[in-house]
Amino acid sequence: MFDSLSDRLGGVFDGLRGRGALREQDVRDAMREVRIALLEADVALPVVRRFIDAVTERAIGADVLKSVTPGQQVIKIVSDELVEMLGGEETVGLDLEAKPPVVIMMVGLQGSGKTTSTAKLAKFIREKHGKKAMMASLDVNRPAAQEQLKVLGEQIDCLTLPIVQGQQPVDIARRAVESAKLQAIDVLLLDTAGRLHVDEALMAEMKAVSAISAPQEVLLVVDSLTGQDAVNVAKSFTDEVPLTGVILTRMDGDARGGAALSMRHVTGKPIKFAGTGEKLDALEAFHPKRVADRILGM
Amino acid sequence: VGTAKLDDTTLDDVEDALILSDLGPSAAARIRAKLSEKRFGLNITEQELKEAVAEEIAEILRPVAKPIEIVAFPRPQVILVIGVNGSGKTTTIAKLAHWFQEDDYSVMLAAGDTFRAAAIGQLATWAERIGTPIIRGPEGGDPASIVFDGVKAATAQGIDALIVDTAGRLQNKRELMDELEKIRRVLGRLNPEAPHDVVLVLDATNGQNALSQIETFKEVAGVTGLIMTKLDGTARGGVLVAAAEQFGLPIHAIGVGETIDDLRPFDPDLVARVIAGVA
Ligand SMILES: Nc1nc2c(ncn2[C@@H]2O[C@H](COP(=O)(O)OP(=O)(O)OP(=O)(O)O)[C@@H](O)[C@H]2O)c(=O)[nH]1
Ligand SMILES: Nc1nc2c(ncn2[C@@H]2O[C@H](COP(=O)(O)OP(=O)(O)OP(=O)(O)O)[C@@H](O)[C@H]2O)c(=O)[nH]1
Ligand SMILES: [K+]
Ligand SMILES: [Mg+2]
Ligand SMILES: [Mg+2]
Repeated sequence: MFDSLSDRLGGVFDGLRGRGALREQDVRDAMREVRIALLEADVALPVVRRFIDAVTERAIGADVLKSVTPGQQVIKIVSDELVEMLGGEETVGLDLEAKPPVVIMMVGLQGSGKTTSTAKLAKFIREKHGKKAMMASLDVNRPAAQEQLKVLGEQIDCLTLPIVQGQQPVDIARRAVESAKLQAIDVLLLDTAGRLHVDEALMAEMKAVSAISAPQEVLLVVDSLTGQDAVNVAKSFTDEVPLTGVILTRMDGDARGGAALSMRHVTGKPIKFAGTGEKLDALEAFHPKRVADRILGM
Repeated sequence: VGTAKLDDTTLDDVEDALILSDLGPSAAARIRAKLSEKRFGLNITEQELKEAVAEEIAEILRPVAKPIEIVAFPRPQVILVIGVNGSGKTTTIAKLAHWFQEDDYSVMLAAGDTFRAAAIGQLATWAERIGTPIIRGPEGGDPASIVFDGVKAATAQGIDALIVDTAGRLQNKRELMDELEKIRRVLGRLNPEAPHDVVLVLDATNGQNALSQIETFKEVAGVTGLIMTKLDGTARGGVLVAAAEQFGLPIHAIGVGETIDDLRPFDPDLVARVIAGVA
């Protein structure tokens, strides 16, 4: 369904071969193809615009016009800029340096993968950071949501806060923090209910939970299949809670994952992890270069 | 509010707005071209322009608007519900069941997701709330055998509609897609007409990948219709326009919330107006 960017640019530049030097207009034509490639990869339109402007400026200024393989030159510039915008070469991990219990709060839209990612992180924290973790579900909306986290806790052998029927999220959070202190827990992970950013009551509840639990990390869990809505989601969550990073789920699918670029650009926060499956060890550090290639269909 | 001649700048704006609604660049360009062909250079107000866009979209969507009807003979009508992870299958099943109940049909649910943690508990909670029987097996059990039990029980009890939940799966997972084929085979053995409906649940917040979902699920599992969820947010679901053009599959309903009453018939004119941004 998608053509790779090489194919697209090949098409643009093939027609020009043998005509000598390229003109600025040729670069602009190439950028039109880049634009379509990014939109097909679900990069949000405002982000595409900024990106194209930045890349056009670089491409026109560079030696692209004189090079023998302008297509390759353009792709290199596009790819480099994309990697840069996705966070450069560094990968950013969790910041757990604080007085325990360090709280990690997971937020995001319905069905984005919060509960699963909570359990994946708890496992990761024990195995990679050697710390003792506990998980608590604050999801009183979705049927069997708390039971889901409990089952996952059993699967990875991680404590979960006992379920008290009828208790509301802010009270659960308070109880979780108390319980974590008493049990000398290093890291407390708070799984929250999925919420739409336009749902004022649920957004207020999320703020209240954040206020009483003072999370060290607030991670926005985002589906890599997300389309143009990515900008709205990123903006609204950023405005409401002090986000520290993003987890991009379902990277094991075949989506191009342009939402990664939108997320990074709009939240200004690093993408810390990629979810790569339903199993609880399917969590990886986020690699900007790989994702850049994927967005471009390379 | 004056009129202006429809020019390239205005058309660019229309195209951008359509892209923001997730139509994707090619479908957006096609609609732009149609508008341009019909009206370029003519005087038009902003409102008229939006209405014209909505009309172009509605023309594409009207032929695919089609509710699920309970017509199977012999009963039960078997409705298999499939889709990628977290798209809203289980919740949509509860809403659909409730919808059929309101029309006085008897409904039974089958808990075919034996994989995800507490997936059975989630469906069972819904079944209890709406008062439908549910067929369930052990966690980790064989979904095909649950489905088999479901059809037998529904047949014996004279149930009108059996709705089958399945585990979420990404369309590029060969093994999981094969499992769907197996479920279909088992159903077909009990009744060659079953499953009567294979409903693919799409998440409105998903972008262009929805097209790849439709393509693969259609090929492997014989999708007969679509339901799009999560249209209560800011996502507009424009990918349905591209889907209607490419696949022509019926669109049955849309999900607009997390409660049992939050399923609506698919109204092509309304959805077209939302996508086109007509107030
Ligand atoms: N393939 C794949 N599936 C995933 C991944 N992460 C989560 N899932 C699946 O996505 C579905 C939804 O995940 P949940 O963890 O329940 O999502 P959630 O955000 O907690 O959902 P709500 O609480 O309803 O908002 C489940 O079927 C998970 O198994 C991933 O990285 N890859
Ligand atoms: N806002 C909104 N949320 C919805 C809608 N439909 C489903 N949801 C929510 O989306 C999340 C996932 O829904 P599920 O029904 O569990 O999705 P699923 O496809 O069965 O998920 P898996 O079985 O894990 O693949 C839940 O939190 C639902 O409450 C809808 O139309 N609008
Ligand atoms: K989703
Ligand atoms: Mg959850
Ligand atoms: Mg489900």
